[in-house]
Amino acid sequence: MRELSFAQALHEALDIAMEADERVFIMGEDIGVYGGAFGVTGDLVHKFGEDRVMDTPIAELGTAGAAVGAAVAGSRPILEFQFSDFSGLAMEQIVNQAAKMRYMLGGKVNVPVVFRMPCGSGTGAAAQHSQSLEAWFAHVPGLKVIEPSTPADAKGMLLAAIEDPDPVLIFEHKLLYKIKGDVPEGHYLTPIGKAHVAREGRDVTVVAAAIMVHKALEAAEILKAEGIEVEVVDLRSIRPIDTGTIIASVKKTTRLACIYEGVKTLGIGAEISALVAESEAFDYLDAPILRLGGAESPIPYSPILEKAAVPQVEGIVEALRNLVKGRI
Amino acid sequence: MNSSPKKATIGKNQRPFYANNSAAALKEALRKMHLVRMFEEMAEDSYIRGLTHGTMHLSIGQEASAVGITMGLRKTDYITSTHRGHGHCIGKGAEAKYMFAEFFGKEEGYCKGRGGSMHIADPETGNLGANGIVGGGLPLATGAALAIKQQKRDDVAVCFFGDGASNEGAFHESLNLAAVWKLPVVYVCENNGYGMSVSTDRSMSVPNVADRAPAYNMPGVIVDGNNIADVAEAMAVATERARRGEGPTLIECKTYRTRGHSRSDRNKYRTKEEIEEWKARDPIPLFEKELLDMGIFVQADIDAVLANAKAEIEDGFNFARGGTDPVPEDVTRDVYAREIA
Repeated sequence: MRELSFAQALHEALDIAMEADERVFIMGEDIGVYGGAFGVTGDLVHKFGEDRVMDTPIAELGTAGAAVGAAVAGSRPILEFQFSDFSGLAMEQIVNQAAKMRYMLGGKVNVPVVFRMPCGSGTGAAAQHSQSLEAWFAHVPGLKVIEPSTPADAKGMLLAAIEDPDPVLIFEHKLLYKIKGDVPEGHYLTPIGKAHVAREGRDVTVVAAAIMVHKALEAAEILKAEGIEVEVVDLRSIRPIDTGTIIASVKKTTRLACIYEGVKTLGIGAEISALVAESEAFDYLDAPILRLGGAESPIPYSPILEKAAVPQVEGIVEALRNLVKGRI
Repeated sequence: MNSSPKKATIGKNQRPFYANNSAAALKEALRKMHLVRMFEEMAEDSYIRGLTHGTMHLSIGQEASAVGITMGLRKTDYITSTHRGHGHCIGKGAEAKYMFAEFFGKEEGYCKGRGGSMHIADPETGNLGANGIVGGGLPLATGAALAIKQQKRDDVAVCFFGDGASNEGAFHESLNLAAVWKLPVVYVCENNGYGMSVSTDRSMSVPNVADRAPAYNMPGVIVDGNNIADVAEAMAVATERARRGEGPTLIECKTYRTRGHSRSDRNKYRTKEEIEEWKARDPIPLFEKELLDMGIFVQADIDAVLANAKAEIEDGFNFARGGTDPVPEDVTRDVYAREIA
C-alpha cells in the first residue's frame, strides 16, 4: 500500500467517484483552476472540465440550495464549503430543506448531496474560520454527519457519502489535510455509522473524532509508560452514532472520557455521556464520566489562547491519569 | 377581443393563447382553475368544521397564474412551489383525492400525512414540493435546472414564489447563479401585494419585482396575473427560451389573494374596498367570459366542466375521509432512505 495525505485521499475519492458516475459533480468556491483553498480538488478541473468541477460565485445559501435541488433532480452533487463556518449562511437549505425533504415528501425523494466541511482550529484564522460545528448538524434528523481521522477513512467515507442516498456532511479537520497514512488503491467504502477502535486498552475508553483521535493516541502512548492502558474509539460518524462500540468499550474499561474540539457544553461529548449513562454500561462505571471539549469562547487569534481553547495532549494526559487514579 | 362575434372560430387573428391551444386544452385549463378553487373552498370548509388541523394558505383569486404557468409544461419539467401552493400542485397534474388525503394526515396522502398543506409535493408529476420557508424553493429550482443542464435534457425548472420572497437573499443569489450559468429556469413571482400583512410598497425598494431582473441580466416580464392568457403567453416565451439554452426569465404575475394570509388573518391591513375591487376581477369568470365571447365554448361546456370538477372534489374528499391513519410507531419512517441505528 502507498502513503497518501488526507487531502490526497479525499482528492482520490472525488476522482474515482467522478470517473465512475457521470452524475457526480463538484461545486464550490475556488475549486477549479485554483484547486480549492486546501488543495483538495487540485487538478480535477483539467480532467473533468468546468461543468463538473464548478467554481461558484460566493453565495453559500444559493449554491447549497442548488446542490440540494440538483440532488433531488437526479444528479450527485458535492458542495465544498471553503470553511465550514460559512455554512451558517446556508443553514436554511441544509437544515430546512436537505434534511427534511425526504421526510416531508413521504419518502418519495432521495437527497444524495454531500457537503464538504473544512473545520477546526490551529491555523491562526481566528473565530470565523476555525469552528467545529458538527454537533449543530448532528442535532438534525435527516442529516448524516461524519468526521474521519485518517487518510484511509477520509477516502472510504467520502466515497460512502457520495454513494449514500441521504444528505451527508463530511467534516474535514484542516490540520489533518497534511497528515499521511496508508490508503488502499481503487474503490472501497468505509461504512457510515461505524466507529473504529483505534487502540485497545483496559483502563479507560476515550471516545474522540478527527484530530482528537490523534491527540488521544499520543496521550495513550505517554500513559502507557506509566502503566495506564487507554482504549481509543475513533467515532468516525457523529450521526448515526455507533452506540454499540462505545458501550462495549466502556463495559470493558469501566471508565469513559469524551474528547472533542467543539465547544464542550451541549457538544458531542454530552450525547456520548448520556447514551452511556442510559445504557447497561452505566453499572460498569468505576469513575464519573469525563468530558474534555472546546472552551466556552470563540476560537481566539493569539497562538497561546488558540491552544488554550481546545484540548491539547498534555491536558488529555493529565485528565486521563487523574480519571484512572480515581482523583476526580 | 371581447368584441369578437359570438361564433368566431379560432383563427390567425386571435392572440397566441387562443390560437395555439386546442379547445380541449382550454377546457382542461378551465377545469383545473375550478378544481383549485373548489379544492380550497372544501379545504377551508373542512377546517372550519374541525375536520383538519394545522393551518393553510389559500390562493383563491390566484388561479390564473397557477394554471397559466403550468398548463404548457411537460411531466418531466420541474416546479417548486410555495406555502400557497395548491394551485401549482393541481396545475402540474396532482389529483385532488391524494391532496385531500394529505390534508387529513392520511397514509394515502401525497406525503403520507407527513407534510400537510404546506409541503404537498408530487415528484411523479415533477412537483418538487411546496415550501414552508419563504424563498426556500428558489435555490432548489435553480439546482433542479442545474441538474437538467448537467444531464443534457431540454426540460425546464419553474420556480413559484411570492413578492415577499423577492426580498430574501435566496432570491438574489438564485437569480444570479441562474444567469451566470444560463440555467433553464423560469422564476414566477406571484405578486399578491402582501407578504403576510406588509404591503410591497412598504417592503420593496422598487415598484415591481420584475424591476429586479435587469440586475441579473435576464428578461423581467410583468403580466396581469388574473388573466390566464397573459400569463400563459409570457410563460410560453420564457419556457422556449429556457429550452433553447438561452437562460432564465423572471415573470411577475400581478394578482391578489382574496382570502387572508392564513387562518389567523383578520384582514386588518387592507380595506374591504380593495378586496372587493379584486374580487370583481376574479380570474375564473374572466376566463369564462373570454371563452364565451370568442365562441370557443357555449354555456353548456362550462357547466360540464363545473360538474366534472365538482365530482372530482367530492369523490376526493370522501376518499380522503376514509383514508388510513398513520401509526405512532412509524414516526421516524422515511427520515432516511435506509433505517439507521
